[in-house]
Amino acid sequence: MKSEEQPITPIEAADLLARVSAFHNEGYRLVAISTTRLGDQCQVDYSFDRDFSFRTLRLLVPEGTALFSITGIYWAAFPYENEMHDLFGITVTGIAIDFNGTFIKTAIPYPFSVTTVKPGDVQ
Amino acid sequence: MSHQITVPFGPQHPVLPEPIHLDLVLEDERVVEAIPSIGYVHRGLEKLVEKREYPEYVHIAERICGICSFIHGSTYVQAVETVMGIEVPERALYLRTIWSEYSRMHSHLLWLGLFADSLGFESLFMQAWRLREHILDDLEATTGGRVIQGACKVGGVRKDIDAKKLDEMVAGLEALEPEIREMNRVFFQDNSVLHRTKGIGVISGKDAYELGAVGPTGRGSGIAEDARMLGYAAYDRINFRPVVETGGDSYSRCVVRGRELYTSIDIIRQAVEKIPDGPVEVKVTGSPDGECWSRAEQPRGEVIHYVKGNGTRHLLRHRVRTPTFANLPFLVKALAGCELADVPVIVLSIDPCIGCAER
Repeated sequence: MKSEEQPITPIEAADLLARVSAFHNEGYRLVAISTTRLGDQCQVDYSFDRDFSFRTLRLLVPEGTALFSITGIYWAAFPYENEMHDLFGITVTGIAIDFNGTFIKTAIPYPFSVTTVKPGDVQ
Repeated sequence: MSHQITVPFGPQHPVLPEPIHLDLVLEDERVVEAIPSIGYVHRGLEKLVEKREYPEYVHIAERICGICSFIHGSTYVQAVETVMGIEVPERALYLRTIWSEYSRMHSHLLWLGLFADSLGFESLFMQAWRLREHILDDLEATTGGRVIQGACKVGGVRKDIDAKKLDEMVAGLEALEPEIREMNRVFFQDNSVLHRTKGIGVISGKDAYELGAVGPTGRGSGIAEDARMLGYAAYDRINFRPVVETGGDSYSRCVVRGRELYTSIDIIRQAVEKIPDGPVEVKVTGSPDGECWSRAEQPRGEVIHYVKGNGTRHLLRHRVRTPTFANLPFLVKALAGCELADVPVIVLSIDPCIGCAER
């Protein structure tokens, strides 16, 4: 079985649009935007692919920080950015199609912004 | 300028097996804009990773989808195995490949039937689902499950298939192939199918790539990408070429799925010829500490399972990007400019799996 290299590049929020534009200009497609809660901040990964070359830009977003939408560069990012808002409570400004919190309907708001189970608290 | 009205489509609709809502902005009978809305079946399965230990979580991962469940399970365990550096036995990798292709055939035949149904072609729908039964019978005979197979585990697979059964499976598929060709002849050549699908919902290859389209949806627009080319499981030892059509319309997406049935049979035939003897699982100790994006080709396209562990039995994060989620922007663009009567056909042409997309 083959395994692939998956380099991750840490970036600052202020550099996001420029770095994403660079991937777009080089012909990469947007693969996914993935968010992971780490303590009181979120790790946001923007993953791209071109000819099976997988690359990721990584942002660490403190609670309460707003991100710029990348839909001006990759229009197809709108489902990911709405999901990021609805599940993690991250504000994203300027989304091409902004559902204003109604894209994914959840029983409690922003369910992934809190940890419901402590380590070892197995049910 | 014509008067614009908004027509709601779904979440309950005769052609939709799962709930998605579209606000269709119309000028006369022409769709100007389509705004999708999901969220009716969000189950929060990713959140369950906080409550289940990583070896047992595979049962949750398999239940993300009731159609491509096996590949969800195998892609999840592949992610954990990569993080933990587990060497999976060769025989298990071949078995995963065989079951993955059976899953693809079962999904494509199901979709072909639903697509025929959306065209009002009921007898063709029944033919596709009749052929699908053969595939489901083999899945049940070898794993115990028709829909949820439960065959994958971290470190290998739970079941083996003996040589006699493997030969019977290949013989069964070879007997099925002429019937699939006859069914495909209708999908590919029948006037009523062509009339409803040719030139409907056209997206160029350049636009499809820009929209991040994956799987048969992208390959129907000429994008020659197939995650199996990454060489996961035993695909690096199998000769195959992705099926590509260049029309970019609903017909091309249908033809890609129809032709992929032959590719799946050929892959299974090669895998059975090459499968080595040996164990099907290894003992796994420890816990994942690291992260990985595991990619695989589901019937609907590239799926991604991201896992991040911190050395405990519970993963910090399991995130799934399903092919339907990636194909939503494609759908929005494909609907713009179409006739209202073509909306059901275009929606089905991306083979939407909403349960999958919402997790």
